Amino acid sequence: MASPLEQFTVKPWVQIDVAGYDISFTNSAAAMVATLIVVTLFVTIGMRKTALVPGRWQSGVEMCYEFVAKMLGDTAGPDGRKYFPFIFTLFMFVLAANLIGMVPWLHSFTFTSHIAVTFAMAVFVFLGVTLIGFITHGFKFLGFFVPHGAPWYLLLILVPIEIISYLSRPISLSVRLFANMVAGHTMLKVFGGFVVSLGALGGVFAASAFLPFAFIVALTGLELLVACLQAYVFAMLTCLYLNDALHMH
Amino acid sequence: MTDDEKKSEEMKATLDDLNTRVNAAREANKPKKARGLNEATTYGIATRLVAELVAGLLVGVFVGWYLDQYFGTKPWLMVVMIMLGAAAGITNVMRAAKQLVPSEPHDEDDEK
Repeated sequence: MASPLEQFTVKPWVQIDVAGYDISFTNSAAAMVATLIVVTLFVTIGMRKTALVPGRWQSGVEMCYEFVAKMLGDTAGPDGRKYFPFIFTLFMFVLAANLIGMVPWLHSFTFTSHIAVTFAMAVFVFLGVTLIGFITHGFKFLGFFVPHGAPWYLLLILVPIEIISYLSRPISLSVRLFANMVAGHTMLKVFGGFVVSLGALGGVFAASAFLPFAFIVALTGLELLVACLQAYVFAMLTCLYLNDALHMH
Repeated sequence: MTDDEKKSEEMKATLDDLNTRVNAAREANKPKKARGLNEATTYGIATRLVAELVAGLLVGVFVGWYLDQYFGTKPWLMVVMIMLGAAAGITNVMRAAKQLVPSEPHDEDDEK
């Protein structure tokens, strides 16, 4: 039986080597391209003819827009408005990636289950937000690491803690998404394996394969929820970090 | 004139009726939706807090390990950094938990 972790292997589809670097087009890259295409088509076709009374598709796109706009407005306030395109792109990208990863077919692959991908996204957010902080506040942004009203001898401990706490942001952002995706998909595969091996035994055992199968059905529902939820959490925390950079404490 | 008034009265009555019915339908739909969302956000909160706690510790370990390599002071900086990392993780969790409870804005103002 195939290992439940086999679904996470990155397989090169087209071998490309540039100056000794392996930049092959892998199944992970293919999933990313598919995600881009799906999101682009979803938004552009949905908004192709903007009716005053929207159809179903247009409502879907508008719901996504309003959801992200409200989330950004609630957490980062009106100043965060100009970063909407980035947050919307991030949210839709992660959401579509998670949901496309749930589609069972031969080459199904969830690239958000790779720490390399989520960490790259998180570091991008982290560096961008830090840059925004320094651009809006200048070197006063360093005051972000100094808690107000603490005596100087406590600052010796508190400032390193604040800095570590700030540095931990990209880690927590990436690990959360990655761990959720890996755990969910592994669990689905493990119970899928139970169904197959019980079914292969035949007789009473084959009948009892119904139990793990029913569990998979429930778990799939849960995983769909987690896919949406983690996309939301990722985008929401980005908004929170943005708020910190724009308004400091 | 009286006819018009009567008409508008009738219109108002039907509108009021519609309004109450719409409100009733909304109320009937509300608890179900809110519960689903709450459960979802509870899971979100749980994963969020756990990740915050672990991330602080991980950064402490990484930073300590790297500094030890750099200064050749194995294992002391790592020990210190793990403690600071744990403290940072706990600070993260406290902060995240505070953000999740928006009901008491006065307390937050006092803290700051």
